Amino acid sequence: MLQEVIMKDIEATKHVLVPKHTKLSDKEKKEFLEKYAVSIEDLPKISVKDPAIGHLDSKPGDIIKIVRKSPTAGESAFYRVVINV
Amino acid sequence: MEEEKPVNEEEKKEAVAEKKQERIEPQEEYVYKQVKSIVFSVLSPKLIKKMASAKIVTPELYDREGYPVDGGLMDIRLGVIDPGLRCKTCGSKLKECIGHFGYIELARPIIHVNFVPVILSLLRSTCRDCGRILVPKNKNDKLIDDLNKVEEESGLEERRKKIKTIISGMNTINKCPHCKARQQKITLDKPTTFVENERRISPIDVRSRLEKIPDDDLALFGLNPASVRPEWMVLTVMPIPPVTMRPSITLESGERSEDDLTHKLGDIVRINQRLFENINAGAPEIIIEDLWDLLQYHITTFFDNSLPQLPPARHRSGQPLKTISERIKSKDGRIRHNLAGKRTNFSARTVISPDPMLELNEVGVPREIAMKMTVPERVTSWNTEFLKKFIQNGAEIYPGANYIVRPDGKKKKITDETKETALEELQPGYIVERHLMDGDVAIFNRQPSLHRMSMMCHRVKVLPGRTLRLNSAVCNPYNADFDGDEMNLHIPQTEEARAEAEILMEVQTQLISPRYGLSVIGCVQDAISGNYTLTKDMSVSRQEAVELLSAVGVTNFTRLPKRDSISGKEVFSVLIPEDFSFKDEHAVISDGKLMEGVMDRNLLGEGSGLLLRTIHKKYGKDFTIDFLGKVFRLGIEVLFRTGFSTGISDTDLPEAGKLDIKRVLDEAYEEVTKLIEMYENNKLDTFPGKTLRETLELRILEVLNKARNKTGETVADRANQKSHTMIMAKSGARGNLLNLAQMAACVGQQAMRGKRIENGFSNRTLSAFKKGDLSPEARGFIRDGFKSGLTPAEFFFGSMTGRDSLMDTALRTPKSGYLYRRLANAMQDLRSEYDGTVRDASKKIVQFAYGEDGIDVSKSENGKINVKRIIGSVIG
Repeated sequence: MLQEVIMKDIEATKHVLVPKHTKLSDKEKKEFLEKYAVSIEDLPKISVKDPAIGHLDSKPGDIIKIVRKSPTAGESAFYRVVINV
Repeated sequence: MEEEKPVNEEEKKEAVAEKKQERIEPQEEYVYKQVKSIVFSVLSPKLIKKMASAKIVTPELYDREGYPVDGGLMDIRLGVIDPGLRCKTCGSKLKECIGHFGYIELARPIIHVNFVPVILSLLRSTCRDCGRILVPKNKNDKLIDDLNKVEEESGLEERRKKIKTIISGMNTINKCPHCKARQQKITLDKPTTFVENERRISPIDVRSRLEKIPDDDLALFGLNPASVRPEWMVLTVMPIPPVTMRPSITLESGERSEDDLTHKLGDIVRINQRLFENINAGAPEIIIEDLWDLLQYHITTFFDNSLPQLPPARHRSGQPLKTISERIKSKDGRIRHNLAGKRTNFSARTVISPDPMLELNEVGVPREIAMKMTVPERVTSWNTEFLKKFIQNGAEIYPGANYIVRPDGKKKKITDETKETALEELQPGYIVERHLMDGDVAIFNRQPSLHRMSMMCHRVKVLPGRTLRLNSAVCNPYNADFDGDEMNLHIPQTEEARAEAEILMEVQTQLISPRYGLSVIGCVQDAISGNYTLTKDMSVSRQEAVELLSAVGVTNFTRLPKRDSISGKEVFSVLIPEDFSFKDEHAVISDGKLMEGVMDRNLLGEGSGLLLRTIHKKYGKDFTIDFLGKVFRLGIEVLFRTGFSTGISDTDLPEAGKLDIKRVLDEAYEEVTKLIEMYENNKLDTFPGKTLRETLELRILEVLNKARNKTGETVADRANQKSHTMIMAKSGARGNLLNLAQMAACVGQQAMRGKRIENGFSNRTLSAFKKGDLSPEARGFIRDGFKSGLTPAEFFFGSMTGRDSLMDTALRTPKSGYLYRRLANAMQDLRSEYDGTVRDASKKIVQFAYGEDGIDVSKSENGKINVKRIIGSVIG
């Protein structure tokens, strides 16, 4: 009960430490998979329930692009595939 | 034996075909296959007989001539263990024949100990009358479906857990759903006796009950009836392992000593024979029962001699026999001792000691070791005479040779007697195993090997003495010191291994650390002090300069200025390449001349500064290693000439300085007293979030620390700037100004867990102080310096923190070591692929660009790529 209230009140995406998450479009997704020559299973994973992608309306199989700030590279892109649980 | 998958028929056929091909061409034909499935099963009596090549009927081993008895345990059909004999089964010689199984027919069935848990759950969950599983037909199918579902979802491990719960659920059913027979409670009288209603079930009955279980019911237990029938878990015939896995040893006296397993098998065969005879003679039931139990005991201990319920079978000497389970299990067993932990030949290990006169990529090897370790060298028409000299010297004179190997692989030791014949027969194609010589390739290693730099390739230098020697500049990558450290040395034995070691592992290839992109090797200790002294403000005569440089190995003195007095900077500059320019906050080098700056730890030290990195980038690894070696020796050579030592007088201060320090400390004490007074009168302003007392502690700590730092500054200003202690501190060779201040002036506050020393007694630290005393001296402030000496209380406080930090390191080291190990193991097969991603062994992506920025640190300068410098060097 308590937890529910807290999760509703706090938007994780607004937190400074949460990097920007965006969903790849179908075209982008296809290009991405071709570029790295991988199948969906070989990618790092993220749960559909992850608070950071709650606003994206994603379903399992979608690819999330995460742009992180990095002390060495400035900005770096990371990709994760949405999975159930 | 619980996991079984059908073997692919095609695979089988292929394997057979492959085997046939192998027969035709027995040369080194390797078959590369990937294991698709493994079947675990139980040997059936039929299979045991089929794979056996001899039936064993007598416990005797040898006849009067010492020849193995037919049908005995050492039957020659079971393999050869004597040189010269041929195997009666396969016709191969010793070492070629891998041995063959035999079997014995047991007079009565015997329970196999390792299957007792399985048998017990089978007996409990099947009907004692009809042998059906105690589950109604319709429910049975449902359970199997459930199991398959569980396996699909969460794997075999979960399936096994589920089977366990199902079986334990069946223990309480007391009526068979098929034939309505009443079920009895079955217990296990450990280790091998089954009891039903306080009546013993004989192994014969156990076996017949197991026989009654229909194939269809076995699936629920996780058994595949095609490869495992439960009755096979009760032995009626027993396989006899081949003699090759239990060889006998011939003692010096010519007596034969048999293996533990042979002893045990002898007991089994003997008792089995007796049991047969008694049954045939119609002996009373009690005698037969006794013998049966004895046979059960022997067979049980043959499989496992460390069962808690059974007294272990022993030798006559009283030491327990090592039977099959003990051979496999535990640290000294086959798996951990022989498979996971292998040992290696052509390796050496001793204490290490430093030798600055060695090159950085050399290793000093004691002659004693060099005469034991060998390098195989193939004889050709060009080196016959060269190699003959080694044989001439023999094994006792260095440089000699220990063995020659004939082209057919026969190895001959070189002794005084065989020397002549060896010399005569030597011809191209032979291999001479000669002693280690200068310049040979060796791999040098110090544990823990956490690094790739923990194993580097060095060149051998044979030296007198009994320790392995290395240049102290390479201590850093190995993390070695000389307080008794030992290191390992390996000699690669093939041309390929040597080439690989040279190209991938030689010291110069490891100069730049892949961790931070700077040189891991640099000057240490007196090499830094020496170069500091030289380049600070030393000047030498031309004669001395030439002596210095030639001692280092320089032969070209044209770059020395043609003057009588030469500055240290000019001497150092001779080592720098003529076209080299470098500039940072510490030094300026232009066109190979050191213009400004002093060579100290920031420039020459290991893992610091870009000087070495830049030289490496511009002139390559071989030059850098040579440069480093020369700089290192130059530093030491300078100290040889000037002398360098520390003493108590280095910490002397002028009278005025002492007064300064006393004043600073007195003032601090006064301030602390004031603070305590304010605290006691409640006039102290509390810090937010702290109690009054905590505020006081913080304020006191601040005041005392400030005072101590001030004394440090005073010492740094007033102490003799030319003293060697000062030089070491300033150059960064050893020690720092704080150490000096602690010796000369004031040791400072002793802190435990970030606080001043707290009460060991009630309200006071030591019984020497008044209760509630908060003054600096009563709470662990050491006002004195090490030179002037500590008061007893001060000394005690010092020991307290000393012991605390000792404990801390002792407890932390293994913990952090294990953490590192786990990290290393988890990441060991990650690699960066050609597309820039980092992937694991199954090609799953871990990072999309190595380290987020895709930079190979070992090719960078301290983790960064200096674009400006690169452009500058390209456009000139």
